[in-house]
Amino acid sequence: MSKYTEDDLKIELENKEYEYGFYTELESDTFPIGLNEDIVRAISLRKEEPQWMTDWRIEAFRAWQEMTEPEWANVHYAKPDFQAISYYSAPKAVDPNKTLDDVDPELLEMYKKLGISVDEQKMMNNVAMDIVVDSVSVATTFKKTLGEKGIIFMSISEAIKEHPELVRKYLGTVVPQKDNFYAALNSAVFSDGSFCYIPKGVRCPMELSTYFRINQAGTGQFERTLLVADAGSYVSYLEGCTAPSRDENQLHAAVVELIALEDAEIKYSTVQNWYPGNKEGKGGVFNFVTKRGICETNAKISWTQVETGSAVTWKYPSVILKGDNSVGEFYSIAVTNNYQQADTGTKMIHLGKNTKSTIISKGISAGKSQNSYRGLVQISPRADNARNFSQCDSLLMGNNCGAHTFPYIESKNPSAKIEHEATTSKIGEDQVFYCNQRGIPTEKAIALIVNGFSKEVLNKLPMEFAVEAQKLLEISLEGSVG
Amino acid sequence: MLSIKNLHASIGDKEILKGINLEVKAGEIHAIMGPNGAGKSTLASIIAGNENYEVTGGEISLDGEDLAELAPEERAHKGVFLSFQYPVEIPGVSVTNFMRTAINETRKANGQDEMPANEMLKLIREKSELLEIDRKFLSRSLNEGFSGGEKKRNEIFQMAMLEPKLAILDETDSGLDIDALRIVANGVNKLKSDKNAIVVITHYQRLLDYIVPDFVHVLYNGKIVKSGGKELAHELEEKGYDWIKQEQEA
Repeated sequence: MSKYTEDDLKIELENKEYEYGFYTELESDTFPIGLNEDIVRAISLRKEEPQWMTDWRIEAFRAWQEMTEPEWANVHYAKPDFQAISYYSAPKAVDPNKTLDDVDPELLEMYKKLGISVDEQKMMNNVAMDIVVDSVSVATTFKKTLGEKGIIFMSISEAIKEHPELVRKYLGTVVPQKDNFYAALNSAVFSDGSFCYIPKGVRCPMELSTYFRINQAGTGQFERTLLVADAGSYVSYLEGCTAPSRDENQLHAAVVELIALEDAEIKYSTVQNWYPGNKEGKGGVFNFVTKRGICETNAKISWTQVETGSAVTWKYPSVILKGDNSVGEFYSIAVTNNYQQADTGTKMIHLGKNTKSTIISKGISAGKSQNSYRGLVQISPRADNARNFSQCDSLLMGNNCGAHTFPYIESKNPSAKIEHEATTSKIGEDQVFYCNQRGIPTEKAIALIVNGFSKEVLNKLPMEFAVEAQKLLEISLEGSVG
Repeated sequence: MLSIKNLHASIGDKEILKGINLEVKAGEIHAIMGPNGAGKSTLASIIAGNENYEVTGGEISLDGEDLAELAPEERAHKGVFLSFQYPVEIPGVSVTNFMRTAINETRKANGQDEMPANEMLKLIREKSELLEIDRKFLSRSLNEGFSGGEKKRNEIFQMAMLEPKLAILDETDSGLDIDALRIVANGVNKLKSDKNAIVVITHYQRLLDYIVPDFVHVLYNGKIVKSGGKELAHELEEKGYDWIKQEQEA
């Protein structure tokens, strides 16, 4: 029997393919590339939107034209050519009036590959799912069960038609059209996404889930998620993402807005596994996402994210703690390998009195990747007795990767209590040898060590996701231990 | 069981082991003693397969099988266990989770199914009682914030869980107070059978009052320079290692 060394492991892992890198041959209705007001109008028209929505998009588009791409993040990439992207692609077989049984069999096949067969989903307890392929929402399960509780969970395009008063009231209130370059672009061209409304005092009886997938080449995905938890309600929401392996970079610029009214609680969990590019750093998804929530009095918003994919990630799920006694949480695991770059973190904006926020960030870097935590804790002058606790831990594998921490603290109230802890460590050969000596092979040892490092965050994920997330961590770490 | 023939090993340019010969049979306890820097821990690491050392000559075999070609985990699967002198911390991984992974990986490698959870729990209960370990201790992160004594006791707990064929205890007595030493030694003695073997590496004779060896070897400057029965340990205690050094240099 030959000796299995770390080098063998490295080679084996390097050759491991991105598991979700398949492309499904679906007949698609794809717009010509390029972006101008006519395209924006055409998207709105295709989606049979009311005039106010078209106007809102045009306003965003005009603002976007005046804006420039942000440069401050610790990431380097060739800027996308926004005129070389198609802004709308819909699998042709999708007709919103059809039921699941009429869905294109190839599409169903694709769900199977993703491990989320819709049939299974239907039977699985407690997860209602909306699936967005390329730009269009193709299946929302459990609509009926949820409807009995008055919960609205549908694609945002449907919501614009069926519940215009709700969408109009809340859309853009947390992330305004002009918030930033990518949010403005998204506001102009977003094609689908999910909408969710939990009525007053209702505890959503199941996890709500959206699965995003980019399929078509040369398209961007710009989904828009709007989640409103009315007074005293509770919802847990899951989001998963994959894309086929392609040589060129694909653009994903989403906006997620969360509104937690008085005494409401929202748990929002993401497992992001967009194609990260190959081991030479070719291809992969550019993930430029704006996620933000607002808490009214006594409300709570928790973001939990496991970020293993994308070539470049630019993402700061944030909470505006507007109401007194409101609580914001951010739990994050960001894994980068090969040439991946991630600049991710959060913003906790304390406006109300007695507001509390917790930030736990775990960055794991391997290969030649760069992993940055960027976080802002802001205490406004009237936010008496605000508290924040931040902990940023970095784990390095090998000698060619980087971990960076950029914490920003702005306190304008003397009663604030802010704590920040940071650590950086390396997976040691001695740790791996110790595991080996107990019979645990190197690959498994690394997974064990990484899972241990990430435990505080993994524990925050709903059960269904925690298992998937652990597996993803194992796959993503093309283990370079040195 | 363990057979070491003319073993030479170095780290970088420095030769540390200069021709070790050692035969350990099932049912035996061997003690390896010697002054600091003699190569005791190096020998233990090499038997376990630590790749920081380069074996430059000789051979090590277990039950007639050459270990040289085996990775550390494969040696572990064949029953080699090393109780580390300085056990490392693995934050966030509980002792229980670590043991479950270790046992199941070993079973998998030997073509067995995973150990059922109830069986695992029973085993944990039994072995933690043997080592007088509070079960709360088992949900703590492996070695993180453990005292020196807790670390050593945890090593022997792992030995008890894994039931190795060949256990090498590297300076297990260091960091132990007298009560802990008695508990650990008692545990080791209970694990002893005519089917396994134990190699105790120690600087002092103290541990050998509790774990009584069949053979004592003195390692000096990369070689075993003296072998004898348990009385050799007492002689060393009395005369000190200078006696060996003088003999060698004479």
